[in-house]
Amino acid sequence: MSGKVAIVGGGAAGMAAALSALQAGAEVTLFEKGSALGGILNQCIHNGFGLSYFKEELTGPEFAERLADKVRDSAIDVRLDTAILSIGKDLSIAYESPKGSGTLRADAIVYTAGSLERSAGAIALPGDRPSGILTAGQAQLYLNHYGYLPGKKIFILGSGDIGLIMARRLTLEGAKVLGVAELCPYPNGLNRNIVQCLEDYDIPLYLSHTVTRAYGKGRLTAIELSEVGPDRNPIPGTGRRIECDTLVLSIGLLPLLSLLRPLGLRKNLAGQIEVDDSLMSSLPGLFMAGNALHVHDLVDNVALEAETAGREAARMALGERASGGKELLSKAGDGIGYLIPGRIRESGEEEVLFRFRVRVPNKDCFLVFSQGDKILKKIKKMSIIPSEMEFVKIPKKLLDFSQKTTIEVKLCH
Amino acid sequence: MPLRELVCIRCPRGCLLTVDEETLEVKGNFCPRGKDYGMKEVSAPERILTSTVAIKGASLPLCPVKTSAPIPKGKLFEGMKAIAEVSIAAPVAAGDVLVKDFLGIEGVDLVATRSFKKEGN
Ligand SMILES: Cc1cc2nc3c(=O)[nH]c(=O)nc-3n(C[C@H](O)[C@H](O)[C@H](O)COP(=O)(O)OP(=O)(O)OC[C@H]3O[C@@H](n4cnc5c(N)ncnc54)[C@H](O)[C@@H]3O)c2cc1C
Ligand code: SF4
Repeated sequence: MSGKVAIVGGGAAGMAAALSALQAGAEVTLFEKGSALGGILNQCIHNGFGLSYFKEELTGPEFAERLADKVRDSAIDVRLDTAILSIGKDLSIAYESPKGSGTLRADAIVYTAGSLERSAGAIALPGDRPSGILTAGQAQLYLNHYGYLPGKKIFILGSGDIGLIMARRLTLEGAKVLGVAELCPYPNGLNRNIVQCLEDYDIPLYLSHTVTRAYGKGRLTAIELSEVGPDRNPIPGTGRRIECDTLVLSIGLLPLLSLLRPLGLRKNLAGQIEVDDSLMSSLPGLFMAGNALHVHDLVDNVALEAETAGREAARMALGERASGGKELLSKAGDGIGYLIPGRIRESGEEEVLFRFRVRVPNKDCFLVFSQGDKILKKIKKMSIIPSEMEFVKIPKKLLDFSQKTTIEVKLCH
Repeated sequence: MPLRELVCIRCPRGCLLTVDEETLEVKGNFCPRGKDYGMKEVSAPERILTSTVAIKGASLPLCPVKTSAPIPKGKLFEGMKAIAEVSIAAPVAAGDVLVKDFLGIEGVDLVATRSFKKEGN
């Protein structure tokens, strides 16, 4: 083994994975289709990044630059403006750049291509098909990189963090943000963003509401806002018209997996690529990290996760991966949206780090990890919300690898 | 005694605080951090302001900026007006001070948050 690790995507995850793979002794090539390292962080000019990773509150570009400086000063082979076109089962990577195309045969790959925004197609709005409907990430890119304000009277659908951040940003830049509608009866963004992005500017948040219609022949002229019932379906007769020229969609991110589709990797019930506790997918040698694995709200967690994937990929590439022993499956039980990892190896690290989110907000409850009848860990939670990712470490010696029983986590009262 | 209700944002629990606007007495906080938050938020709320300024000779037309420390919440729009007047030229390094004592607030600077090389000629 020559120890070649290839990294697909140069955002926070890709950079952190590359640095840790290099440190673990691998020869590292990082591919980024954009002309700069940093990924989505470069357009997130607000602060609130880095508190745990760099022990300092940074803006997105500052966080990106700190990692990018380390990458630049290292022996990592950075290929900017280079898009990966395909990944083979033999871990070969086909790439294309203005200088030409080529193939690289890697001994291990870390896939860190980030996420994709759900767009208008995902909600299929009835009515006209006017211009003036765009995603929060697009609005953020146009405004923060080019100074283009997408409209004057703006309505936002979805209370995810990007939508909240954009509500504030658009307001500060002189647009009137008329409101934010959220389908769920609770907000989907972090509490600090509700306070500092909406309440600070008296922007109304309509919980249990959705946009049911778009009006306008050429440009958007109005939307219809309706209340939804407990089944999340609009309640007939509750619709009201709100005049606006722009609708910003902040209805969620999805891992960007198109390149992986031909590989037929195993997925979990939430549609994420299933990985073991070393973050390796069902294709030996292909590791996952960052938003491509599951959508994160804090970049600090992205970087930590990617360090694990990078280190494990290096071990694999160098032929140093611990092998042998059995594997256990793990799954998300009642009240849990998803659970990563989906497989736990008897060999390797001594502890498993579980990452998951609850389905709905809960107060005064317990998180219970079990294997069959045996309770492995029970954690009291004063409060738990879907917009904050949960992390729980469990020593592998508590698990019984001689049985096939699945590990499960659930929410109990 | 005028009371103000606000949600504590120091942790995900999100306690509903009631703060007396005169005595700054805080109720409803589960832990001491909520008391500190409630007092500050009612007496002198502050925020870091982030935005962009025009930049010449860089790969993008805008350079992101921030205030080096929080400024009074009431001055955010005034800050945006002042930022609109600023224009710089590449090269610039993250951390470079673009305006000293921003809005006349001593010790608070407007700083660049991204580095740009000078492009072409
Ligand atoms: C709008 C927004 C606001 C956020 N706010 C905060 C916050 O306040 N605080 C916080 O801590 N976190 C925040 N986050 C979360 C955090 O910043 C992100 O989760 C994190 O930066 C994601 O990193 P990543 O490397 O996984 O993905 P990305 O940054 O998306 O990086 C993926 C990279 O892969 C590249 N790529 C994709 N496909 C290919 C290909 N085929 N070939 C080559 N390259 C490819 C892309 O160009 C991109 O550079 C925010 C996220 C968003 C989207
Ligand atoms: S008062 Fe304490 S427990 Fe309650 S939200 Fe604030 S920090 Fe959290």
